[in-house]
Amino acid sequence: MTTRHGAGNQVVLETRGLTKRFGGLVAVADFDFNIHKGEICSLIGPNGAGKTTVFNVVTGIYKPEAGSVSFKGRDITGRKPHDIAAGGVARTFQNIRLFKNMTCMENVMAGQHCRIRSGILSSLFRTAAQRSEEQRVREIAEVRLRQMDLWRFRNELAKNIAYGSQRMIEIARALASVPSILVLDEPSSGLNPRETENLMEFLKELIVKEELTILLIEHDMNVVMGISDWVTVMDEGCKIAEGRPEKIYNDPKVIEAYLGSDGNGQMA
Amino acid sequence: MTDRFSFNKSPGASKAAVVAAILIFFIFPFFAGDYAIDTAFFFGIYALLGLSLNIVLGEVGLFDLGHAGFYAIGAYTTAILNTVYGLPVLALAPVSAMAAALFAYLVCSPIIHLRGDYLCIVTIGMGEIVRLALINNPFNITGGPNGVFGIDFPSLGGFLVIDSSIEYYFLIWGVVGVTIWGLVRLQNSKIGRAWNYIREDEAAAGAIGVDVRKYKLLAFVIGAGIAGVAGNIYASKLMVVSPESFSFWESCLLFCIVLIGGMGSIPGVLIGAAFISLFPEIFRPFAMYRMLVFGSVMILMMMFRPQGFWPRKRGRFSPGKALLKQEGEA
Repeated sequence: MTTRHGAGNQVVLETRGLTKRFGGLVAVADFDFNIHKGEICSLIGPNGAGKTTVFNVVTGIYKPEAGSVSFKGRDITGRKPHDIAAGGVARTFQNIRLFKNMTCMENVMAGQHCRIRSGILSSLFRTAAQRSEEQRVREIAEVRLRQMDLWRFRNELAKNIAYGSQRMIEIARALASVPSILVLDEPSSGLNPRETENLMEFLKELIVKEELTILLIEHDMNVVMGISDWVTVMDEGCKIAEGRPEKIYNDPKVIEAYLGSDGNGQMA
Repeated sequence: MTDRFSFNKSPGASKAAVVAAILIFFIFPFFAGDYAIDTAFFFGIYALLGLSLNIVLGEVGLFDLGHAGFYAIGAYTTAILNTVYGLPVLALAPVSAMAAALFAYLVCSPIIHLRGDYLCIVTIGMGEIVRLALINNPFNITGGPNGVFGIDFPSLGGFLVIDSSIEYYFLIWGVVGVTIWGLVRLQNSKIGRAWNYIREDEAAAGAIGVDVRKYKLLAFVIGAGIAGVAGNIYASKLMVVSPESFSFWESCLLFCIVLIGGMGSIPGVLIGAAFISLFPEIFRPFAMYRMLVFGSVMILMMMFRPQGFWPRKRGRFSPGKALLKQEGEA
């Protein structure tokens, strides 16, 4: 895979000197990274390295103690999550967080929430504008569900479908908000090898077909090496390496962070 | 279709059941005595209060155990403005609604970020503060423990004076009907979905673009407004309001209505309200066992049917026409 990182591509997401502490623990320390438009960027690192914290700061769930996050050139540091989502950052969670007692269709429709304007009065009186908005929301959700082969689950409650399908519904929900950047927190965890393969295919296709940028945290090295254009490695809250996947794979610092003294040749 | 329960699922049958229920509601008061009609009136009051709490507790999942406070604000607003300034009761219905809604907005704004049991404790405190304030007779307007009496009948400029049981019955159920109509529309809109997203997972709702704070406050404001209208009707029906009508126990009853019926389910609320208001009347001879039965029912419900008697059925979606066409072409 050719790297598209750097020159010529617009920076979509950028953090500068990002620092997040929890009490005495420094979860993320002075963390810088750039994500360029149209690439799949992976954030990897051992457990507790601070990857999810970076995600949570970027998506507004945590406020950083220092540093800044800018998205498409605008500073979004410390903004509320719903504000950041409306700006075009859509995410999924490490432990799937669907709206369990709602149908898959309603879950995916959630993505469009921040894109429609109708208020109380237009909802009460079902104005023409409100009805056409509702129609559009359904259509967007329907297109996503069909595209991801989940349409048959539309009327199932989210809690009742298989784990792998729940993961895909969560991604569909994020995509339904028509984001500029899709932020996936361990999308392949809990998936079997076949589902992981399908997910990789789907993401690769997505990045080509749609104007999208993907940032993911991933533990499965096959996924990381298979689809990333750029890999950033974290350990103990700091960035220890970044580069193209081939380079990262052989980087001694990365190998040390992952394997420590236990050298069985497998990345965890 | 040979399933013997299939009539439950047939839309024709359930539509017929709804029509039959509405017909009974219209015809019943002409054949019943005042006592039965008054009982049905209080069923209506509890249905309206249950619907109002259902927005906060059922749709958004916020534990509000101080809902009687909003009800009290509505009732006292009507009582005071009617007895002191002689404003007509019907015109005071929207005023009561707005007073309760404004109170909810002011009181809930600083506490809306609290979750679960923390919010529950604060709302209990809020309800109690309202009741105690009424007892303490601030500015000499609430009449202290005796309350305010001499509230007028609702009337429309002397043409239509609502002063009999049957008229009150139609008034309250008319309001319940309009409320149900509005709530069904909200349920099937962006707003209702946003409320449910928050109930299901607040963090995920925020991350997908739902302004959690705004929608929680909106639920409180609308819920309090409807409770305020219930207070208005209650005040004119009883002609007297006093603090003891708005005790913590009242908030608990409303909580039970929503839990028994099914969180977020409108038919469920009606069933819960029927249980709370009709049951004690039917079993009046056994009044001393009332609490025992209430308690047992709640425990059994939580054990065997935690989703309520009539949980909400989620909407089903059929394929969009435009998309089917598109697919056919492809």
